[in-house]
Amino acid sequence: MPQVTYIEHDGTEHRIALEAGKSVMQGAVDNAIPGIDADCGGECACATCHVYVDEAWLAQCGTPGEQEASMLSFAATAAPNSRLSCQITMSPALDGLIVRMPEAQH
Amino acid sequence: MSQDGPGRNQAGQDQAGIVIAGAGHAGGSVVAFLRQYGWKGRITLVGEEPLLPYQRPPLSKAWLKREATADNLALRPARFYEQQRIETRLGTRVTAIDRAAREVHLADGGTLPYDRLVLATGASPRRLGLPGAEMSGVLALRSAADADALAAVLEPGRRLAIIGGGYIGLEVAASARALGAEAVVIEREARVLARVAGTDLSAMIEARHRAEGVEVLLDAAVEGIEGEAGAAQAVRLRDGRRIACDAVLVGIGAMPNEALAVECGLEAGGGITVDLAARTSDPLIYAIGDCTRRPLPLYGREARLESVPNAIEQAKQAAADICGRPPPVPEVPWFWSDQYDLRLQIAGLAFDPAEAVLRGSPEDGSFAVFHLAADHRVLAVEAVNAPADFMAGRILVAKARQVAPGLLHDSAVPLKELAI
Repeated sequence: MPQVTYIEHDGTEHRIALEAGKSVMQGAVDNAIPGIDADCGGECACATCHVYVDEAWLAQCGTPGEQEASMLSFAATAAPNSRLSCQITMSPALDGLIVRMPEAQH
Repeated sequence: MSQDGPGRNQAGQDQAGIVIAGAGHAGGSVVAFLRQYGWKGRITLVGEEPLLPYQRPPLSKAWLKREATADNLALRPARFYEQQRIETRLGTRVTAIDRAAREVHLADGGTLPYDRLVLATGASPRRLGLPGAEMSGVLALRSAADADALAAVLEPGRRLAIIGGGYIGLEVAASARALGAEAVVIEREARVLARVAGTDLSAMIEARHRAEGVEVLLDAAVEGIEGEAGAAQAVRLRDGRRIACDAVLVGIGAMPNEALAVECGLEAGGGITVDLAARTSDPLIYAIGDCTRRPLPLYGREARLESVPNAIEQAKQAAADICGRPPPVPEVPWFWSDQYDLRLQIAGLAFDPAEAVLRGSPEDGSFAVFHLAADHRVLAVEAVNAPADFMAGRILVAKARQVAPGLLHDSAVPLKELAI
């Protein structure tokens, strides 16, 4: 199963196996990894699952859709490598993915 | 089940732990936050339905259209509860709270002691209370079982009468059309979403439903349900019209499940009264989600909010208070709804609005309505396929920012500069 590493704002690392087809957001929620709120449950409606994708993985994660980009542009701590983790679907090509969490989702 | 959890007598510590009454979105969230915030003791989640906590919003949409699986619907997988040592008691419910003994009684005859109790009992669909309302084929939508019963009648050639033009009714109407079924929305008020949206949004949503083939009847008072052999066949209106149908969905709001709280003497009325730490009038008992009436610090009043974001916010408040953490920053209430390809996102609550400002164009299918107080403070924003306007509105509401209506109306003025 492909692996994802989540790094909390304080540096705490969580490495989990996440089956292909599940979102990076769901992986965090299912494994009690703090720092991703996911209020809307993965509908790209709330921007509370914001992560920074490790630069080495940016291209493989694809580009944000229009809705996602709009939502992200208002996140207080958005950066060029920001994504909403509910919009990143796990696949074998993403095995080893590293994402970092912002200090807060609001 | 033994009441003597592991380590109950360890170091003189009472290990009764935390009992959560209700395993919906609020109950399912608070158990996760409690562990996340460091609660090491016992946690017992009591749920009336046979299912682990799941998401209700998809029930009127993806689940009804059979686009979601039970796995998608679940808030978290079963192994989460094992790994986090969260005991689940499903298929039963709390029937009484003994505050003096600090224990709850369960419908299956058991009792559970508690150090802290969290009431997450939710709300129940308001019943029609008219002749024929008890017939088969008269449905409500709250649980996955309700949704399955509804899905069974949504087929091409079948006709669903929907009493109530609120979010549930309209989302189901859209799903019914997607499944090839006919839908008639019967609304008592002069517009759909009358209780929850401004007039511009109501008009746009109504027009879209009509364009999709939904019949929308406004100012339509229901007299009763008619049928044969106990099965619903039509909705009779007070003006004499008879709306033939194969089934009826009643979507006329929900009532807070507060009886447990009332019976044990907690302050309640239109929801269980809580503060911003989700505390009830008993310091050992918390209440979260649809069952509560809560303070709204941004608006200086109290209200009951039926929404997933509210359930999650109050779950955080309760978990933080129980674990001795600082309270979370109050959030702007928000809601969303999907109908056809329309994404509605609403932030804030338009109490006593003085002015509504339109930004964008409803004809193009992407617009927002900002509701302002008399002093131009932004109270709420309703956005349709306009996520940036929603995000900006949420920030403007949070900051209680006063903005000149002309600036909000002018699409050439970037909202980002006004908001951040």
